[in-house]
Amino acid sequence: MTMRFFGDTALLTGRTMRHITRSLDTILTVAIMPIALMLLFVYVFGGAIRTGSHHYVNYLLPGILLITIGMGISYTSLRLLTDMQSGIFERFQSMPIARSSVLWAHVLTSVVSNLISLALVVLVALLMGFRSGAGASAWLAIAGILVVFTLALTWLAVIAGLTAKTPDGAGAFAYPIIFLPFISSAFVPTHTMPAPVRAFANNQPVTSIVNTIRDLFAQQPVHTEIWTALAWSLGILIVAYALAMATYHRRVA
Amino acid sequence: MTTQAIHVQGLEKSYKELRVLRGVDFGVARGSIFALLGSNGAGKTTVVRILSTLLKSDAGTATVDGFDVATQPADVRESISLTGQFAAVDEILTGRENLVLVARLRRVEGPGQVADDLLARFQLTDAAGRRVSTYSGGMRRRLDIAMSLIGNPPVIFLDEPTTGLDPQVRVEVWNGVKELAGQGTTVLLTTQHLDEAEHLADRIAILHQGRIIANGTLDELKRLLPPAKVEYVEKQPTLEDVFLAIIGNDDTGADDPTTAQTAKEQR
Repeated sequence: MTMRFFGDTALLTGRTMRHITRSLDTILTVAIMPIALMLLFVYVFGGAIRTGSHHYVNYLLPGILLITIGMGISYTSLRLLTDMQSGIFERFQSMPIARSSVLWAHVLTSVVSNLISLALVVLVALLMGFRSGAGASAWLAIAGILVVFTLALTWLAVIAGLTAKTPDGAGAFAYPIIFLPFISSAFVPTHTMPAPVRAFANNQPVTSIVNTIRDLFAQQPVHTEIWTALAWSLGILIVAYALAMATYHRRVA
Repeated sequence: MTTQAIHVQGLEKSYKELRVLRGVDFGVARGSIFALLGSNGAGKTTVVRILSTLLKSDAGTATVDGFDVATQPADVRESISLTGQFAAVDEILTGRENLVLVARLRRVEGPGQVADDLLARFQLTDAAGRRVSTYSGGMRRRLDIAMSLIGNPPVIFLDEPTTGLDPQVRVEVWNGVKELAGQGTTVLLTTQHLDEAEHLADRIAILHQGRIIANGTLDELKRLLPPAKVEYVEKQPTLEDVFLAIIGNDDTGADDPTTAQTAKEQR
């Protein structure tokens, strides 16, 4: 059965990946908003923002990457909802396959498509003057953190995709996630914020993740914040996975 | 009991307060076509969803191909194929890719060959390389049914297979269903069209308010009514007769991509 699970997941991932490669506009749409934000903040607001870093784009990129993931996962719920509504989800569930592979295919596709969008955003950042002396191990660590964060948000997206009634609803759950980096250290240092806002910003998941990635890019020693970042990501991942599975088992007998 | 492909006893299902099935009993002989007839909301789809292991019943038992749907769902899924009310096809893949995907998932030998054979059989060869989103309603439904035949499952569920189809495609689907039963496949179909049940089914069961209120061959059901009076009535052609006669049966017309728009609207 395990072999069957991996085989079926591979087949179904191939299917959803075709959805991505055949509508490349999805990847572009996902990347365009973060890129536009990056342009706006670097070339319009950036001159007035004091971050202590010479290149504002270096300061900004980690937060932009998280916004990219927030944009990307709204399409994950949309793809899942489309499958639920078209009846193809039920067709797969009534076939002699490993049933959970249908969900895992969406999850893997979400991770891969998000990584492509992220690469696109990093490329534009490089063109805008982003530079990092980070070595291979630091880049790997950054990729690892982003993958865990993507997985965590993807399982949240699965809940939305399984429960939403309309495409608008399926996409809307991502708005708070996209907005979260604005109230964090992603755009400006948190010490400039009024106390209550600062308290929120310092203690929400995005700040610790942004700071960790920023330190890795800047070849600074990472603080204990990396553990806070991982704890948030893994915590969200585990809770979202459990809830998504419970939702899934309520939807299919 | 082993001679029956489907056996249902005392099936009950409620959605919160709404009691959809209140004790449904019926059996379907191997290789026969069984029609479950009922109006909208009678619970036909609920029965099909329970039999295809998509839904759990509250009470009662059901076996398909000798396997219990509650305790041996994986074996049931090996034996069945489901064609739901809405053509469950992947819009972004081509027709051929849809068939190959299902063939691979069912671990069928030579998935490409299986796909090509089915495309030819359902007159979809010309459209094989096009994305399904460009297909007309009739083409989608034919592809949908073709996908259900992969792996030759002994039992096939067709949930309102001709809803939204034009009369010609309807006749095509009917012929396909008869052909299947001729090869020994058991077909359970649900419909709200009386003529469909009349044309196709070896046995017809009427599901009403959560129970089977009649079950028999067409002749048996007719005998439930008082004997027919002999009246002389001028035989008028039905509109369907006229329609089929004047457009001719040589060209299916459904392959024309320009009909895709209207077919989509029907959906």
